[in-house]
Amino acid sequence: MAAQSTQISKPTSIPASKYVTLRISKFNPKKESSPKFIDFKVPYQKWTTVLDAILHVKQNLDHSIGVRYSCRQASCGSCGMKINGRPALACFTKIIELNSDVITVEPMNNFPIIRDLVVGFERMFSTHKKIKPYIIREDSEITPGTKEFLQTPEEVEKYIQFSNCIKCGLCNSVCPTMATDSSFVGPQALAQAYRYIADTRDKGKKDRLKIIDDSHGIWRCHFAGSCSQVCPKGVDPAMGIQLLRGYLLGFRS
Amino acid sequence: MTRVEENKEGIKGMANPTRYGIERVAYLLMRLTGLGLLVYFVAHIAETSSILQGKVAWDEMLALTQTTGGHIILALVIGMCVFHTVNGIRVMLGHGGIGVGTPGRLDYPYKPPSQNARHKIAIYSSIVLAAIAMMYGLAVMFGE
Amino acid sequence: MRESVIMKIHYGTALAAVALVAVHVLFRLTQNFAESLEYESVIANYQFLPYAGMLEIILILLSIHGFNGLRVILIELKQGRSFEKSVTYGCIGAMALVILYGSRTIFLTSMGMT
Repeated sequence: MAAQSTQISKPTSIPASKYVTLRISKFNPKKESSPKFIDFKVPYQKWTTVLDAILHVKQNLDHSIGVRYSCRQASCGSCGMKINGRPALACFTKIIELNSDVITVEPMNNFPIIRDLVVGFERMFSTHKKIKPYIIREDSEITPGTKEFLQTPEEVEKYIQFSNCIKCGLCNSVCPTMATDSSFVGPQALAQAYRYIADTRDKGKKDRLKIIDDSHGIWRCHFAGSCSQVCPKGVDPAMGIQLLRGYLLGFRS
Repeated sequence: MTRVEENKEGIKGMANPTRYGIERVAYLLMRLTGLGLLVYFVAHIAETSSILQGKVAWDEMLALTQTTGGHIILALVIGMCVFHTVNGIRVMLGHGGIGVGTPGRLDYPYKPPSQNARHKIAIYSSIVLAAIAMMYGLAVMFGE
Repeated sequence: MRESVIMKIHYGTALAAVALVAVHVLFRLTQNFAESLEYESVIANYQFLPYAGMLEIILILLSIHGFNGLRVILIELKQGRSFEKSVTYGCIGAMALVILYGSRTIFLTSMGMT
């Protein structure tokens, strides 16, 4: 017992820090006309994430940095930003992985900038809601006299991957259609439409297919696949969208 | 909401093929070859209409196209046509959900099944086939 | 028309055009390339009715496919009700013009009215 407590109180040796230049995009659209970059020297260890580095700056060097974060473990989808030109979750990207002395962080494209690294998700959430992201059917599991809706493991496999979406918006920010098309539904919502249509408990296929079969709906996806390449949760929206389009083309029923 | 307010990358971002792999190169080439082929198609309709003005007009039009520049343009058209066709078939199959992988539980580091080797091979093949067709076209045109 | 119907037409015209354009190109390669483009040879091609019919079909297929492709690219570049409407009608108009102009050449040449 005594030996154990000695071990706990013994200070652990932390390797000496290295330094990296963190270049943060600062921009308040209400007050300024264009963004500017400010450089900060930040110490890092092999476990330091980009979010840790930003928070170090916020705590010690510039309190005014605007950044949104919550869970710090790639579950909430709050800290999506462009890191060295590629969208990623700041909490899920270690500085050491970037192999660079300078790390540039900018707000994601295709979203309105609120301030600095924080972007507005209103449009993404509204397109997400538009595709009815819930099980649609007449009866329900809580109606007296009904049983729970059973599914085989194979049936679950058909959609479980797509239910991992954390609505971080990285897929929408890299989509080449979204770079110019302000009305496009976007990969996030389309992948979620597939998630519910592929669910055997759901009966809303017709409704959802009608919503996405629009001039700025599913047909504006050209299968460039960038959305899948940046997804931090392995959702693979490009796959979901093509499988979804299979319903409209008559390849699946 | 304007494009600036939405922080959109615009045409520059849409047309940038240097990021996110060969799929983005194929995406851009598909657009460019499509536009190029449409321009050629309209020009081809216009040039062939000279046949209505008789042999002299036809021969004059033919003389215009059978120059080094004309042959190079036609070779480019052949290449565009082959790429657009082969890549178009790949994209069409993908759009039907064919060859995009099967949904399942992915493990970290999450390699997306839709970005698979089959599609990458098909893209490279369409580029190589387009180059071969262009070379064949140039051999036929300049060989005579 | 629903976008899925338009896009099914887009894919259908593409597949049909690939097959027919291949025949059209092969016709140039059945003989020496330069000879095949000579006036008499081209007139003979046009006056062979199945070939003229095939040219007409290619003309329609490629016009539909090409101008719908252009519409897709344009509506992705800029949005707005009036812009999208003018793009749609502009593309339909251009498609009709190309079909009419090309059909005139095919029809008059195949009827020997050159």
